[in-house]
Amino acid sequence: MRWLSRFLALMVAVVLAGCGKPDFSDAEKKTIASLALSALPPLKPDTTNRFADVPAAAALGSTLFFDQGMSRDGTVSCSTCHKIDRQFQDDLPQAVGVGHTNRRTMPLAGVARDPWFFWDGRRDSLWAQALTPLENPLEQAGNRTAYAHYIKARFGERYERIFGPLPDLSTVPANASPLGTDAEKAAWNAMPDDEAEDVNRVFANIGKAIAAFERSIEPAQTRFDRFALDLATGAETKGDAVFSREEILGLKLFIGKANCVTCHEGPRFTDSGFHNTGVPPVADLPPDRGRIDAVRQVDADPFNCFGAFRDGAAAACGELRFMVRDAPELVRAYKTPSLRGAATRPPYMHAGQFSSLDEVVAHYAKAVPSVEGTSEVHPLELSDRERAALVVFLKTLSE
Amino acid sequence: MASIWRYLLAGLGLAALLVGILAVVFLTAPRSSLPAGPDVSRTKNTANALFVASFAPERGVVRQGELQSWLLTLKTKAGVPVEGAAIAISGGMPLHSHGLPTSPQATDYLGDGRYRIEGVKFTMSGWWQVHFAISATAGSDTVLFNVVL
Repeated sequence: MRWLSRFLALMVAVVLAGCGKPDFSDAEKKTIASLALSALPPLKPDTTNRFADVPAAAALGSTLFFDQGMSRDGTVSCSTCHKIDRQFQDDLPQAVGVGHTNRRTMPLAGVARDPWFFWDGRRDSLWAQALTPLENPLEQAGNRTAYAHYIKARFGERYERIFGPLPDLSTVPANASPLGTDAEKAAWNAMPDDEAEDVNRVFANIGKAIAAFERSIEPAQTRFDRFALDLATGAETKGDAVFSREEILGLKLFIGKANCVTCHEGPRFTDSGFHNTGVPPVADLPPDRGRIDAVRQVDADPFNCFGAFRDGAAAACGELRFMVRDAPELVRAYKTPSLRGAATRPPYMHAGQFSSLDEVVAHYAKAVPSVEGTSEVHPLELSDRERAALVVFLKTLSE
Repeated sequence: MASIWRYLLAGLGLAALLVGILAVVFLTAPRSSLPAGPDVSRTKNTANALFVASFAPERGVVRQGELQSWLLTLKTKAGVPVEGAAIAISGGMPLHSHGLPTSPQATDYLGDGRYRIEGVKFTMSGWWQVHFAISATAGSDTVLFNVVL
């Protein structure tokens, strides 16, 4: 009798042990390994910005990033919306600078790895991106010559140690910009070409310093990465790297039936591309057509890769050179955001349309048609348990 | 009494054997029976069999998410290199209703029927299609390559 009960106990133990260990196919293991932070390659040099990895430039960039003097009324800096203790975002549905914008602030972890910037990719380098809010009337609302004067007065010595001598600004108007008010535009147009070029050069260097600082903002290791590392090495998972059954179900759905990994791929959980996923517009905001309208803007930007302020060879301009300029799928297409840290930074989507991850998952399962253009998302049969599991899995990317 | 135990033991033995067989069957069976994928051959006849086309990454490996150069090699059926061809490129992911994330272009002729196709980028894993419209003195033809990542 005793041997029989021992035998049965052993069988039960074997079965339980089998259940407790996550069971992944080789294909699933490969996908999971491709998402782990350990698969993130080293950050490539940015040859279009020869100051990208100059420590003094990054230090000046950091000063400028947090300096409210870098705005029209001295109340807004980059860090007003890109808050250092909030993953460099602001928790608001739409960013608020000098005015109320129409887009959600993007977090900055790993931003230097993007080929395109903003939700619609209307800039093609990190340094060109950094310049744009400076002159946007709803963000920092400054103007180009005012920034040049400000840099000379406030940071002249630091600037010159990095970028060389500042130009003579004695005849440059206090307020002028090709993008400003009518008076500022008139003042800009009245400036001699070489003077405008000098100011543009100082302005570009502001962007290059801020970009040098932003290159240091990288994604941090999460519970998912510890789990993935143990799975890849075959080590026994310990402590918080152990995934619950629900987390494992969510992960399997994420890389399987729910097709999330199609766009949210690689160690940053993004394909860095633009997609129409049928996200509804927000009432009362100006019309927003996403990528299709950004193409013209990036082509027209004097600070783009083909412009006079790029360092290095034009070979670095492949993304701009081979950009899709006219295709129906660019309508209401927005950049795939990284999902690292997403669980702790609602609201979601390009204008903060959804207040929780449950709403996001419900949106993708339902796959409503887009108000304009065609959504790439197909309807998905997900049970309540499966939806909850996806959300629980996403939280492991924030822990 | 003893015989009952014997039967019980035999029953348990048979049950264990059955479990073992089932385990072997389920653990070694393929996880899913995927339908045959698209034809991913890198060399094929063009649609009207005017040319033989080959399409391969210039550096041998496909890197997902990176801009890459590929080579399109065009020859006639007799193996003569096709020179001076005008090449238009399109494509996309048929299952996701979107086109290519970039606009690849034929940027250089390298001789021996080889054309450099720059700006190729596959941003996601899955089934991609790259379509070439080719126009040369011998005539015009098209060819479609499947790339599965």
